[in-house]
Amino acid sequence: MTAGHPVELEPLFGDYPLDQAFDEMRAPGGEVRPQYRALAETLAALPADELRRRKQSVDLAFLTQGITFTVYGREEGTERIFPYDLLPRLVTAQEWDRIERGLTQRITALNLFLRDVYSDAKILADRIIPHELVYSCRHYRRQMRGLQVPRNVYIGVVGSDLLRLNTGEFVVLEDNLRVPSGVSYMLTNRRVMKRTFPQLFSSYGVRPIEHYPQLLLSTLRSLAPEGRPEPNIVLLTPGVFNSAYFEHTYLARQMGIDLVEGRDLVTHDNIVYMRTTDGLKRVDVIYRRVDDDFSDPLVFRADSSLGCPGLFNAYRAGNVTVSNAFGSGLADDKAVYAYVPKMIRYYLNEDPILPNVETFLLGEEKDRKHVLANLDKLVVKAVGESGGYGMLIGPHSSARQREEFALQIEANPRNYIAQPTLDFSRAPCLVDGRLEPRHVDLRPYILFGDKINIVPGGLTRVALEKGSLVVNSSQGGGSKDTWVLE
Amino acid sequence: MLSRVADSLYWMSRYLERAENTVRQLDVTMGLMLDTNSANLEAQWQRMVAALGRPTGMTWNGSLHEMTHKLVFDQLDPSSITFCVSAARENARQVREEISTEQWQRLNRLFHQIHSPNAQAQFRSSVSDMLASVVDGIYLFKGTTDTTMIHGQGWQFIRLGRYLERAYATATLLEVFQPDLLQQPAEERTGHLYLELVGLLRRCTSFEAYCQVYTADLSTDRILEFLLFNRDFPHAICYCVDGARQAIEAIQESGGRRAPEELIAGIGKLHSMLIFTSIGEILAGDSAGFLHNIRAQCLRIHELIYRNYVQYSIQSALAV
Repeated sequence: MTAGHPVELEPLFGDYPLDQAFDEMRAPGGEVRPQYRALAETLAALPADELRRRKQSVDLAFLTQGITFTVYGREEGTERIFPYDLLPRLVTAQEWDRIERGLTQRITALNLFLRDVYSDAKILADRIIPHELVYSCRHYRRQMRGLQVPRNVYIGVVGSDLLRLNTGEFVVLEDNLRVPSGVSYMLTNRRVMKRTFPQLFSSYGVRPIEHYPQLLLSTLRSLAPEGRPEPNIVLLTPGVFNSAYFEHTYLARQMGIDLVEGRDLVTHDNIVYMRTTDGLKRVDVIYRRVDDDFSDPLVFRADSSLGCPGLFNAYRAGNVTVSNAFGSGLADDKAVYAYVPKMIRYYLNEDPILPNVETFLLGEEKDRKHVLANLDKLVVKAVGESGGYGMLIGPHSSARQREEFALQIEANPRNYIAQPTLDFSRAPCLVDGRLEPRHVDLRPYILFGDKINIVPGGLTRVALEKGSLVVNSSQGGGSKDTWVLE
Repeated sequence: MLSRVADSLYWMSRYLERAENTVRQLDVTMGLMLDTNSANLEAQWQRMVAALGRPTGMTWNGSLHEMTHKLVFDQLDPSSITFCVSAARENARQVREEISTEQWQRLNRLFHQIHSPNAQAQFRSSVSDMLASVVDGIYLFKGTTDTTMIHGQGWQFIRLGRYLERAYATATLLEVFQPDLLQQPAEERTGHLYLELVGLLRRCTSFEAYCQVYTADLSTDRILEFLLFNRDFPHAICYCVDGARQAIEAIQESGGRRAPEELIAGIGKLHSMLIFTSIGEILAGDSAGFLHNIRAQCLRIHELIYRNYVQYSIQSALAV
């Protein structure tokens, strides 16, 4: 991007506001951060309508390719293209190194925690984490007690959400240990970006992420039951009405494995089979994209028709691997989250590399009083929810919403936590042909098989509405490609 | 291959074939109606609807334009083009990982095209242009299917669905038209009848193919012979049944399970009947019954496909 003469960047930004929140592209003084310089110059050199034109062509490609997600609770137009932003988010090699080390440490500790709680429960006996917190968790599965999982890996696939605070430091907002989604958008965004900004992309030296499906496949293979050298691996989806169905088909296709629904599976003598045109075929590894509750009506929710009756017993007998393991959701409970730094110290004897966000447990009386008095400043979340559901954002709420939430908290305090309203970082997005800052987070995907693997990057989620702090796709969030630089 | 997947591919293919059939019937009928006096419009229309497999017809409201609009766009009408294309796409969506990206994009584009406001505008300005663009989309999908998909079991199920649907549709068409056209005494041939016969052939895109075999000298028994027994023309029933038979054999060879004897016998019987019956025998005997029998056998083969590949009992599968 050496244009020979300096490119005028000021017009590009116009009245782009800067305040105390960390801006990914510009330092507080307004100058463009060094790693963003080439991007800004490319943008400034483009004809006015060029970006808009490129965006339209990508939109159309998304629609014909059916890269869509389903929005619940709306009658018409339930299939929408995933909103994305054309400008990449850059992460320097140094920043990434810290994230990678931090997440590896964190996921190792979380996995040890699950193994411990479902076997000897030493961490509870040592009073590091209160018993009642664990045993009252909605995602704790007593059926998992004493059950040996292959290679002691509970969480094969994890997506942790990171935020960058105004100090420039990354913190972990939550860990998704059940069925984290979004990785197909990470891969699709990358393809789009390569097509939209080919020269810019190659000039930057971006670390590749395209091998994710292959890594996922080898992770799943490494978790196969003993004595099954050529395991039959399948992806279990709730079906075409699930919001992430596109992703399920995408991953199955990229890995070359069968995409099955519960109704395709039968169990006989504690062995899981799938119905094929050639008769029944044994299944060895299930990459599960169905929640615990809906996996096996004989053990979990009896009214669910999405799962496979008998699956849990086959799992218990060691004849099939299910990843992530049942009961993994215990460790991403938002109240258990508060104890992750303690877990890291307890199991690994290390200081956490990536800090937590300060968290108040409403089950604790002292915390509760403080939170109820400050509801207008805090974010309150239900501990077992995800996807941005069951949340109160204090500063953006009405007095009535706060009253309702207060009542719910009083009725079931264990079910809630509160965190300060974070002024997390913003990145420039293309809005109506101009650059405007929007809040972003970062969800890297961590694979845990023989060892921990993290593809360099992840999904940068964007709160597309001005000033909004909610990045979930089900709540109007979008995404950006994430370029981790060499 | 998963039974559910095979089922979806089979139906995706059947629905697209059905959409194509509806398009062609509509296009030909609308052309013929230019030469029809208004008193016969409704009869023409209802006969076409019967040929689409609905003997009870549709409620005629007097406006050809509105009736056509319904048959193109009505999402609730099971023979409408929109319904069939949507159903095909919905089936494809459920087996998105089994078909190629190229296939999916063609089908998805066709789906969005037919649902866009553009399609309505095109319909208003020229119905036949609009129909032609739908057929183009379908052909594009079929070509993409043959060139980008592995010719394995999935592809064979697509073929099976296509040929069975087509054999059934041609048989239905002949059965519906048989009393009107094929039993007219030769001396009553008029210019009008000639148009009808050309129309009948064009309903299965077979006018040009017929001319290559028999010249443009149209006779009802030759038309019947051609559409029933020709072994080289893709819309002739014999050709379709043979295609379905080959697909079943290929599915059988690629799997390792015991032979679905009943199914192989069923399709083999139908195929032999078409090969070894002469047109003279049919015209001398009960031609309506013969056509009806073909349809009944197609339905039975469909059932056997289900029983063997999709909805078999677990006990029988474990016993193997």
